Amino acid sequence: MREFGYQRAYDVSGAVALLDGDGEARFLGGGTNLVDLMKTGVERPARLVDVRELPLNRVEPAEDGGLRIGATVTNSDLAAHPEVRRRYPALAQAVLAGASGQLRNMATVGGNLLQRTRCGYFADVTSPCNKRDPGSGCPAITGEHHNHAVLGASGHCVATHPSDMGVALAALDASVSYETAAGAGELPLADFYLPVGETPHLETALPPGALITGVTLPANDTAANSRYRKVRERASYAFAIGSVAAALDVRDGHVHDVRLAFGAVASRPWRARTAESALTGGPADAEHFAAAADAELAAARPLPHNGYKVTLMRNLVVAVLSELAEETAR
Amino acid sequence: MPPSTSSDLTLSVNGEKYTLTVDHRTTLLDALRERLEMTGTKKGCDQGQCGACTILLDGRRSLACLQLAVAAEGREVTTIEGVAEGERLHPVQQAFLDLDGFQCGYCTPGQICSAIAVIEEHAAGWPSAVTGDVRPEAGPPPLTPEEIRERMSGNLCRCGAYVSIVQAVARAAEETKGAAA
Repeated sequence: MREFGYQRAYDVSGAVALLDGDGEARFLGGGTNLVDLMKTGVERPARLVDVRELPLNRVEPAEDGGLRIGATVTNSDLAAHPEVRRRYPALAQAVLAGASGQLRNMATVGGNLLQRTRCGYFADVTSPCNKRDPGSGCPAITGEHHNHAVLGASGHCVATHPSDMGVALAALDASVSYETAAGAGELPLADFYLPVGETPHLETALPPGALITGVTLPANDTAANSRYRKVRERASYAFAIGSVAAALDVRDGHVHDVRLAFGAVASRPWRARTAESALTGGPADAEHFAAAADAELAAARPLPHNGYKVTLMRNLVVAVLSELAEETAR
Repeated sequence: MPPSTSSDLTLSVNGEKYTLTVDHRTTLLDALRERLEMTGTKKGCDQGQCGACTILLDGRRSLACLQLAVAAEGREVTTIEGVAEGERLHPVQQAFLDLDGFQCGYCTPGQICSAIAVIEEHAAGWPSAVTGDVRPEAGPPPLTPEEIRERMSGNLCRCGAYVSIVQAVARAAEETKGAAA
């Protein structure tokens, strides 16, 4: 591991000033991803600015009736929060589906959004990787890609975003707040992650040197009837091979409101707007749920070893929406 | 001037203060084992995947292999060496002994630290990934074997002592509840 300097920040402006837009410096939150990547040499910062003690560790009511989640709230505290569990159960479930109890105690909301892909070629510094080393190539496309992207990928990168939390945030219309030396800013989660295209190394729309300060969930009655379901290759403590976050409001047997997002199928949490459009106003039954999933997945471009994800996602959508429809009917 | 790559710091471990100089690359795990000679905390994978290095940081279970020592200054570290009260074992330690919650014992300090926290997290009403209804109105889920397995899933045991581990955690949780009542 490269030697590095360490500084601890105690307020937001101090943290931004300490980082000073230095491309060789990184903010350190829980460190569960960054420290691991520093050990393997994927990340080689010259300096860390520790932001874990910033006063951003609260979940509070937002002005419009939604919730404001501070960037240093741990995954554990987020998932245990009564208002999150009551009003946005899919978010609590998504966070609980990720990692282990130990990691959730360390990991922060801001860091979760910025975690890197678990593509094995990205993690292996002896392999080419367009995300880690732009222009070097993507061995995953012709190699090991059984858990890689089927939606929105490019000929330059087929890595997936590993977050569970982000999938629920995408479905629930969250926005991300940040601070730079020039002032505060906000990005809808839908615009937070950049399309892959020819630049897979550019992952977010955050300005250089920006510090994530929090996530805001808008008030949303449909979100109280929401769910996150994750499929993985063992029962627990593994990344998803496919996941769905959904919120559903059914009235008179028809879809009045629906929010749908997919995980582990794209370089970012995938908001399924095509499926949402197909669902809205239609009958709330398995046949229409499947047709809406097919409409979304028509854009899928699977590789030789991940075609199963298309079927998996279709079945997941039908299962999760059917469960939610049953619960609203009660 | 390049930033300093080492720091003098004070770590608080099991109620004692230790002053040392560390290279910033030092993990809390290596500081405990190599510098403070507390080898109860084990190094398994050293990449956050096995749970052998589980300690309590400000009372919350955490992985010492992904925690930089310099970033642990100001926080209270509890290791397996600090969970007993003198000669009296912690109820989780006693349950692991009584019910054979181990074979080779290498993962056991991490299992025990994790289990201590699992019992506290459950008592605080935290749901888990297998909790059917996470809404607070549903109340805390019973600590079933399924709940214990999910909550302990960050601690791997290559000997496969899981059956006894689940029984030991369940018994310790019952005893803790009885003692609190």
